Amino acid sequence: MPSRDKSPEDASMADATAIPTSGQKEPVIGMSEENVGGLEEDGLDASGEAAAAAEEEEIEPQRVRILPGSSETAASFEFLDEGHTLGNALRYIIMKNPDVEFCAYSIPHPSEAKMNIRIQTYDTTTATEALEKGLQDLEDLCDVVSEKFWEARNEFNATKDTAMQE
Amino acid sequence: MAPSSGRRSAPTKEQLEDRKTVGINKETVTNTVSTDFPDHFPDEDHAWDVDHFRDNFSIQFHQNDQFDSQFSLIGIDASIANAFRRILIAEIPTLAIETVFVHNNTSVIQDEVLAHRLGLIPFQGDKKGLRDFIKPFVKPAEGADQYSTTFDYNTVCLKLNVECTHNKDAAPNEKDPQKLYHNAHVYAKDIIFDPVGDKQPEIFSGEGIIKSTNPDILIAKLRPPQVINVEMHMHKGYGSDHSKFSPVATASYRLMPIIKILQPILGAEAKKFQECFMPGVIELEKVTKEEASKKGSGYEGRQGEPKAVVANPMHDTVSREVLRHEEFEGKVKLGRRRDHFIFSIESTGQWDSDELFIESVLMLKLKINKLKPQVENMVRSF
Repeated sequence: MPSRDKSPEDASMADATAIPTSGQKEPVIGMSEENVGGLEEDGLDASGEAAAAAEEEEIEPQRVRILPGSSETAASFEFLDEGHTLGNALRYIIMKNPDVEFCAYSIPHPSEAKMNIRIQTYDTTTATEALEKGLQDLEDLCDVVSEKFWEARNEFNATKDTAMQE
Repeated sequence: MAPSSGRRSAPTKEQLEDRKTVGINKETVTNTVSTDFPDHFPDEDHAWDVDHFRDNFSIQFHQNDQFDSQFSLIGIDASIANAFRRILIAEIPTLAIETVFVHNNTSVIQDEVLAHRLGLIPFQGDKKGLRDFIKPFVKPAEGADQYSTTFDYNTVCLKLNVECTHNKDAAPNEKDPQKLYHNAHVYAKDIIFDPVGDKQPEIFSGEGIIKSTNPDILIAKLRPPQVINVEMHMHKGYGSDHSKFSPVATASYRLMPIIKILQPILGAEAKKFQECFMPGVIELEKVTKEEASKKGSGYEGRQGEPKAVVANPMHDTVSREVLRHEEFEGKVKLGRRRDHFIFSIESTGQWDSDELFIESVLMLKLKINKLKPQVENMVRSF
């Protein structure tokens, strides 16, 4: 039976797969020194902070812009790398603002990662302010949901546990 | 009636109930769109208010197993519930096999098919390690070394090395390949974690070792002298990139069904009515003496007969079977509660199902917090 063992090239590739480990490369050395004590907890936190710092160094590209033809009270905003997830949620919460006359979102083309939000307001506010308020309101909503979810979960688990003990 | 004085009376309880009910009729649906917006109803506010939301929003748990939970979100809009569902499926990162290095594969399964199968196997390991220590993998810049961004904090190595051989101890007339040969079946449990660096062996040890969640997933079937010898690299990724990275097997919701019996359904009809729904949805009760003696109730003289009662509408599928029978026409109304979402989350093993929902809420919050400075920094010229 012909062997399908592809020796020469594959063997060299296999060598290349070895991950540079703590002893060999810069970024990891720093982490392993912090971890000399060998405590898992500390090591995890330290590496988490290191990565968070590394992420902050990267400047986030501007992903929101106002589309041409907009005015103070009637503007279209373009969001890059956002979709229905944020679009529809934000549309709902902006529509709940009494100073907003009209709000809608669309994804102009399915193969472009772009989401547009149209906001028209009354004179009492501006489109940009309505967008900022929408983001804030949505964040407040998230806080309430996670708070209530955890309460309900703990309560359910507690009653389940007592039921099992009985 | 006098011309409108500009002030309408507040909506009654029934009106509020009707507003929240999506009608499901024989051929049509009615009242499908949310109306809780300012200016929709005269003299009603409906503006966003956190305290109002907090007072009206509630969560009920129905089931909470480690990898399978069911709960209701009550008093929330579809657009928000859907955002959580979409985040659960596509935006929570998990670890999955991304690269397969085939040293040898003489099985009947082609390399690329084997690699695809391996990629889809769910794995689990120390939760804190997977969440905090392992970081998303960043592809190396063009022209740079293929492994220049591969480190112990973003890659997990696995090995699978099995060879099928004859079992010398098998009975002479043995037919079962599993007894006749060693390693006739290759399972997910044959994949071995190969820790790299100083920290991986510490973090992913004991209970927290990286292993397949479902050890009995069949990867391949072998016969002597076939061999599979592969090395694998796991990376952290997102479900939006490939569904193998999705932390959930299913994450879905449905609206709470409503079944309203408008006129008494009694006797043999009640039994037939019960059979139009899922088991447990409709129960049969006996007509009591008081009901039978009450004039105009529809129960007169029917004491002791069975009557149909809605017991547990949650389990119904709203199949509309009941609307196909003439005898029930006008006696029942089907619907769904627009703001009552029965969520069902089934985890693939890297997260607990209840943690997943919390994580989806946090992810939406994170998304918002990333966008806030973006909106502030936006060039404000049109």
